[in-house]
Amino acid sequence: MKAGPRESRAYQRLHAKYRPQTPLLRNVTVAFLVGGTICAFGQLVYDFYLGLGFTPAEAAGPLAGTMIFLGAFLTGLGVYDWIGDFGGMGAALPITGFANAIVAPAMESKREGLVQGLGTKMFEVAGPVLVYGLTVSFVVGAVRYIIRAY
Amino acid sequence: MPYLTAFITGGLLCVAAQLVVNLTQLTPAHTMVLFVSAGAVISGLGWYDVLIEFGGAGATVPLTGFGHALVNGILDGLNQKGLMGLFTGGITGAAMGITVAVIAGYAAAVLFDPKG
Repeated sequence: MKAGPRESRAYQRLHAKYRPQTPLLRNVTVAFLVGGTICAFGQLVYDFYLGLGFTPAEAAGPLAGTMIFLGAFLTGLGVYDWIGDFGGMGAALPITGFANAIVAPAMESKREGLVQGLGTKMFEVAGPVLVYGLTVSFVVGAVRYIIRAY
Repeated sequence: MPYLTAFITGGLLCVAAQLVVNLTQLTPAHTMVLFVSAGAVISGLGWYDVLIEFGGAGATVPLTGFGHALVNGILDGLNQKGLMGLFTGGITGAAMGITVAVIAGYAAAVLFDPKG
């Protein structure tokens, strides 16, 4: 029996009601809140360095360093993985998540050795980030150099 | 309200990253690479400073800010050292981040053990 349009629509409504909800809205909301909170905290750290007399350009390095240190430390304590499970990209995209991506796999593979285990796994995610970051920024810089020269 | 604009700017960048992960087949690692690269390109176009002007740490803390730090370092290097700066400026711009990532990352991985 072929389902008429009415049955078909009723089925679709039923299907929409019972299928597992794609958690898109939840994920996006949580990413906004977690990422926003980490960045607002970063602003606090940034203002702290400005208060010490750093210029905005000088404070960028210490800000990144402080956030990375905290991300690494909280990953060691097991706290950041919890934030990551909850916050998704809201925890992964801030530079604290970059630190988490270094420490978490390194800690796991410590038993395989301090060089081949820990030393290589530190860069499982951070490696590609550095490779593409450096390569793309080199190309961007080269283009700017050529534009300026001619 | 620097804290509010930092919250909004950083939050929206994370929303963009979350949408990439949820709506495409890209993994979080791919998305991190994509955002660093995007930050470098936007910085090269001269637009990233506008975002920092508005969002402060909300623009510098997400990984796009790391891409900006690399390009910013290269542009500073080009100004100060000419073509040599193209090769030295990127690492210089991101020096503190990279060094702390390696040192603190190594220390944390050695000192702590995985939970659970």
